[in-house]
Amino acid sequence: MTEKTQTPGARAEIDVRGLHKSFGANEVLRGIDLEIKQGEVVCVIGPSGSGKSTLLRCVNLLEEPSKGQVFVGGAELTDPDVDIDAVRRRIGMVFQQFNLFPHLTVTENLTLPQRRVLGRDKAAAAKVAAENLERVGLSEKASAYPASLSGGQQQRVAIARALAMGPDVMLFDEPTSALDPELVGDVLAVMRMLANEGMTMMVVTHEMTFAREVADRVVFMDGGVIVEDGTPDQVIGNPRHERTRHFLSRLLDPAMAEVEEEDSAP
Amino acid sequence: MTGTDVPLQPKKKGLTRRQKRSLSRGIQYAVFVAAVIAFAVAADWDRLANQFAQGDIARQMFPDVITLALKNTVLYTVSGFVVGLVLGMVIALMRLSSVGPYRWLAGVYIEIFRGLPALLIFIFIGVAVPLAFPGTEIPGGTYGKVALALGLVAAAYMAETIRAGIQAVPKGQMEAARSLGFSPARAMISIIIPQAFRIILPPLTNELVLLFKDSSLVLFLGVTLEERELSKFGRDLASQTANSTPILVAGLCYLLVTIPLGFVVRRMEAKAQEAVK
Repeated sequence: MTEKTQTPGARAEIDVRGLHKSFGANEVLRGIDLEIKQGEVVCVIGPSGSGKSTLLRCVNLLEEPSKGQVFVGGAELTDPDVDIDAVRRRIGMVFQQFNLFPHLTVTENLTLPQRRVLGRDKAAAAKVAAENLERVGLSEKASAYPASLSGGQQQRVAIARALAMGPDVMLFDEPTSALDPELVGDVLAVMRMLANEGMTMMVVTHEMTFAREVADRVVFMDGGVIVEDGTPDQVIGNPRHERTRHFLSRLLDPAMAEVEEEDSAP
Repeated sequence: MTGTDVPLQPKKKGLTRRQKRSLSRGIQYAVFVAAVIAFAVAADWDRLANQFAQGDIARQMFPDVITLALKNTVLYTVSGFVVGLVLGMVIALMRLSSVGPYRWLAGVYIEIFRGLPALLIFIFIGVAVPLAFPGTEIPGGTYGKVALALGLVAAAYMAETIRAGIQAVPKGQMEAARSLGFSPARAMISIIIPQAFRIILPPLTNELVLLFKDSSLVLFLGVTLEERELSKFGRDLASQTANSTPILVAGLCYLLVTIPLGFVVRRMEAKAQEAVK
């Protein structure tokens, strides 16, 4: 937290320093320091309103931080002179609501950004698109429109679209929260595959099983600060803070949590 | 159950609600039929037919009413629509701009050109502009003037339609595009505007119908024989022959285009409704 220079070797792919974010009078992030190393998979968990999605969105500047610095791949995003579009090309983002382009086919969703942003020619973009659709197991949907796909399929296409840009980092903003339960597994399988391939990933999620099995680190946020940061076994298996324990118990067994809440009330 | 024989409402003498409803409907039909009969009896059909339905005068209008007048009407409309669309797009983007003066300017434009009758714009283009800037010529002659006049009017309406369409595209689309590395302008052009146009295709087609009718105002610009459109063509022939049949034929030519277009708009609206579901 105190080191202010880039150390080669153990390179920090994402480096967040002293980050604050307010919406009007509402301070959502109150000083976040977070470093994610190359190839690391970090899951960010926490109750709704804890600021975890805002933190993720600050990492590719979809939200403008009020204070603090964000570095991705060594480039400072919060520097006013930085070419934000160039930095964003290295950061893939997956949204809760998929945000596929509905007026384009699956293949066009993958090829248009490559051609317009990276300047790839049609054939090269199509080749990359086909490869990435195969990675997420949706080659047969290449010419379908997003509206004809299930939520899980749409999310896998969204992941493929981000991957087609060849990012160094992938950000996931509650990627399975909008899905029917039976469709969650396919999306998590794709994310697991990515993690195994060594992709640097920052995942805001409620999927504790995924976090436990796939994440290198779990970060618990509450009230705009990082409360706990450690291995999955530490944070999920053996949380040190009461707030973490409370959150986890509510998440794992909502009915039990209600009883506890009434118990703790005077 | 104790209250079964207690009526829900105090029973009044007279008609039940259902009877009242059918009586009211019966009266409406009666009024309608009476009005039709009165019109049919009162109108002098022979004189009407004489004035509006002279077969040989109608025949004499062909093929010029199609090959010249309708063609010019379409030409004026389409050129006005294109000018309006381009200008409207610029104004819509100005209206959404983060630069205050742009928003303000666009707002003023929209208020002025929506508030003025199209006729005044035509007179302004036809008379005031040549007076104010002697020697300057609007390119394209009459066609250019019409395109400009119609375009200026249409742009004000289309700008508001386009703005609404752009704002109707979900915010996530811009976010997805930006996070893929699109610049704001590129995202607007490649992602947002194509989706906005799907949304606003029905109202834009409606605007086309309105322009089609407004093109009749060309007659205030003073046109050559070759530049006449349906209204002017019909009126000229009507005064030549001292008979109104050409007006009727010209009117039918308008409907020939506007009714199918209206049908297309309703089809598109129905389809859009379905897509939302």
